Amino acid sequence: MTQPIELRAAPHQHSGRDVPTIMRNVVYSMLPICVFSIWQYGLSSAALIFVVTLSCLAAERINNHFSGSVNTLSDWSAAITGIILALTLPPAFPLWMGAVAGFSAIWLGKSIFGGLGQNPFNPALIGRAFVQAAFPTAISTWAPAFAPHRFSEFIPSSLAAPFMSPPDIVLWAKQQGVDAFTGATPLARWKFENISASSMDLLTGNVTASAGETSAILILLCGLYLAFRKFLDWRIPVAVLGSVVLVAWVFHFAQPARYPTPTFVLLSGGLMLGAWFMATDMATSPVTPRGIWLYGALIGILTVVIRYFGGLTEGVMYAILIANAAAPLLDQFSQPRVFGNERDKS
Amino acid sequence: MRLPSFLQRTATFDHGIHPVYHKETGCLPIRRFPYAPKLFVPLSQHIGKPAIAAVKVGQEVLRGEIIATADGFLSLPIHAPATGVVEAISPIASDSGKMEMAITIRVYEADSQEIKVRNPHELEGLKGKDLALIMQEVGVAGKGGAVFPTHAKLVPPSGAVIDTLLVNGAECEPFLTCDHRIMLERAHDVLTGIKYARRVCGAPRAIIGIEDNKPDAIAALQAALPDDGTVSIKVLETKYPQGAAETMTYAILGREVPVGKRSSAIGVIMNNVMTLAYMGRLLPLGEGMTERVVTIAGPAVARPGNYIVPLGTPLRFLLEWVGARSNASEVILGGPMMGAAVSSLDVPITKGVCGVLAFGKTEVEPQRSYPCIHCGECLSACPKKLNPTQMGLLAAKREFEVMADRFSLGECFECGCCSYVCPSHIPLVQQFRIAKSFLKDKARSA
Repeated sequence: MTQPIELRAAPHQHSGRDVPTIMRNVVYSMLPICVFSIWQYGLSSAALIFVVTLSCLAAERINNHFSGSVNTLSDWSAAITGIILALTLPPAFPLWMGAVAGFSAIWLGKSIFGGLGQNPFNPALIGRAFVQAAFPTAISTWAPAFAPHRFSEFIPSSLAAPFMSPPDIVLWAKQQGVDAFTGATPLARWKFENISASSMDLLTGNVTASAGETSAILILLCGLYLAFRKFLDWRIPVAVLGSVVLVAWVFHFAQPARYPTPTFVLLSGGLMLGAWFMATDMATSPVTPRGIWLYGALIGILTVVIRYFGGLTEGVMYAILIANAAAPLLDQFSQPRVFGNERDKS
Repeated sequence: MRLPSFLQRTATFDHGIHPVYHKETGCLPIRRFPYAPKLFVPLSQHIGKPAIAAVKVGQEVLRGEIIATADGFLSLPIHAPATGVVEAISPIASDSGKMEMAITIRVYEADSQEIKVRNPHELEGLKGKDLALIMQEVGVAGKGGAVFPTHAKLVPPSGAVIDTLLVNGAECEPFLTCDHRIMLERAHDVLTGIKYARRVCGAPRAIIGIEDNKPDAIAALQAALPDDGTVSIKVLETKYPQGAAETMTYAILGREVPVGKRSSAIGVIMNNVMTLAYMGRLLPLGEGMTERVVTIAGPAVARPGNYIVPLGTPLRFLLEWVGARSNASEVILGGPMMGAAVSSLDVPITKGVCGVLAFGKTEVEPQRSYPCIHCGECLSACPKKLNPTQMGLLAAKREFEVMADRFSLGECFECGCCSYVCPSHIPLVQQFRIAKSFLKDKARSA
């Protein structure tokens, strides 16, 4: 032995799985959703994903610079925030607003709390909530999928100049020859016109929605990949989706004419993306077994309640944000029973 | 009704981890190690009072002769590991990091090192504490690492009724294979040891728990089991920490050791398989502990294997002999999950050292640590079902009392599962150790 002796604390072995590995795999798992979104909406969607992600990374980098901390871009968490945020925005969302969303997500959602792991709320949803409040019209303006020239030209609202009102998309859609485009999401059509979209359309993404929320089946597959690789806690999506189905079924059973089928509620809007990619954010969800189930159930119940009784057509974002706020409390009340303790004491 | 084999679940506990096992030395037979020129024999190789030196500097000692006597019931005598001359009785570096009194023996190189001193007793008809007192003379302490004097561990506290003697052959730590080889090569010794141990604790039955990655050891013991059916084998899932007392008791019997109590409270006494093998071999002969089987392995060892090492052999001699590579920079006593790194190669092999592992510089390079991301992996790994996430966050704020009062810090037995899985490389176990020793110091000064 010629080396000086080193002293380290046990254990001297490690699983080899670290934070960047987890985060990188989450990014990989979202790439198919991004590709599908670009295929549907073309240049506008690609530019939106690019701009939002880049602004998140820029915000994080600026932070590192001024706080003098180590480079935190390499942990990939800012990239996740950017991609998720972009996928929740309407595909024709003006790009400058997307940049605002990206910067507010990182700065208001993460940095002011102390960075990775310290944030109480999902940063992507903070960014989305910010632009929802700031640009209420733009965020509820949807674009038609599969426009003929989507790979050669932008949807006009994407390129809207800052602080100018974006052009009318419905008019543009008519000029493009996209028929039957009303500019309303399936949830809005159900809420205001009582028309349910078909399950097959919801599964395959043949509907009007946010950039990455259209195809339920694709999101499910990507989420399952993460669950099988154990990069997300399968209990959270199961609890969220399970409680949504249960609550929706109760309403539908009581008043079938007024409330939609559980399948419609399950497959529409941002529920799939929220359940698999946002509710499962590790930093903002509980860690105890019972806490996890309660957290998921809370998101599911709140989603249905907001959708049915709230002024908004979609409730997943606020449901997750409220559950994020409740997560520390759920953890406190659901400490696991220590091995060897009496069962009733827990 | 017997379930078809694919539906049968191997006995196990909840949570835990599946580390890379590196059990390559399990197929190598036990070999004898040469004598170092000098042996350093600490007076305290067990939990309890240190032994009292019974020899003087310059005195000649014979291998197997008592050189230090037990100080009360919770103590053990020390036997000369080699024939030679006492060179010094002085403090030396120990694995705990403190200096401890030890007898230095200069080994006679030309001596045959045959054991000449024996003190056999008539064991027939003896049981309970009478037998335990004779066991004490053998000087066996728990070989799993806890080094509790075996004779004292076997005597149940007054009022406790022991229904099962559990024999721990799990050997769940990566790299270590000495228990595996002992079960394979000395199955008869193990069962003799079980026979005497049962006589002391009064257990009507004994169950040997072995992880299912050692089928040859299971077969060897199965063939040696007595016909009366009082000793049986339970095959356990290969999972760390299957060999911890609490988890193994639960895996085999489904009983949880109540918080703050010892396993005798639920009618169980557990012994390590090598402890009983040595008891079974030495007690009938009336010999003392002079050596033990140690796994010497690790990426920085050229000739890893299981060796019979004389107690008191310094690590420097040991590592030279097995060919430590030049990049070796960390030496661990015990397994990689719970073993401690040593600060000096002058530290000798003692009764509780089951393994010596040497790691090279690249294998122990520190990883960048990230903030806790609340992934909850540690909760899913903790065999005691504690909440390491919360305790780690509290430790960072030095709120040690809250950790103990609300999160049962005292129940943590430092298995290392939480640190092993932590994707942020947070040294959770080390934080818990610091918290515990802080609270211990505080309680002492109060």
